Amino acid sequence: MEEQKKTKIMFVMRKPPHGSIYAYEGLEAILIMGAYEQEVSVVFIDDGVFALKKEQDTKPLGVKEFSKTFAALEDYDITNIYADRESLEIRGLTVDDLIIKPKLLEASEIAKIMEEQHTLLPF
Amino acid sequence: MKFGIMIQDGPYNHEAADSAYNFIQAALERGHSIQGIFFYNDGVINATKLMDPPQDDRNISKRWSELGAKGIDIIVCVAAAKRRGINESVLIPNARISGLGQLTEIAIESDRLITFGSS
Repeated sequence: MEEQKKTKIMFVMRKPPHGSIYAYEGLEAILIMGAYEQEVSVVFIDDGVFALKKEQDTKPLGVKEFSKTFAALEDYDITNIYADRESLEIRGLTVDDLIIKPKLLEASEIAKIMEEQHTLLPF
Repeated sequence: MKFGIMIQDGPYNHEAADSAYNFIQAALERGHSIQGIFFYNDGVINATKLMDPPQDDRNISKRWSELGAKGIDIIVCVAAAKRRGINESVLIPNARISGLGQLTEIAIESDRLITFGSS
């Protein structure tokens, strides 16, 4: 069988990890789509960058702590992981504060990558 | 053009379900096709047949079921549905419960995937 062309799908993670379910169910979608052998990438923008913050403690909230699962993305063959440099800076964060090391990009670079995508999935 | 639709918000509280429905109607009227409608997050609540709004209000789940009767594939994410108490016993006619693999298929097969509900 002829090898099919992979579809470029980018998850755009904009919302904070807690306060709504978007980041968590977004992560679930990323993990499953990663198994479909498409070209899946993830970008963290705005409050979405907080999802990657080290040492989260969700016990007082009574919700599952899922940030560590982001560290497993590479095991799911999702290696194109980006974060908006300015979103981190505005929030007083550096890469050292994060559980993984996303590639930091300027907004204009992210826009360029978004243009190359077939599908953008916002969470 | 082939459109895929993802709906991430529930009915009534916000406009997402209405906007999606209006978009789909407009697209169909102009001769476009809908590859599939995928309900995710609170969007799965759109698919309960127990919905019973006042008579002078629109019945959002019934509208989805009617689109399903026209042959449009209406898919409810199983993981999101289980969280929110949506299963086969409350599912609207002409819809089906399946996994995120279906969203992947819709994304691949559509020319454009349009999302309603998440800002």
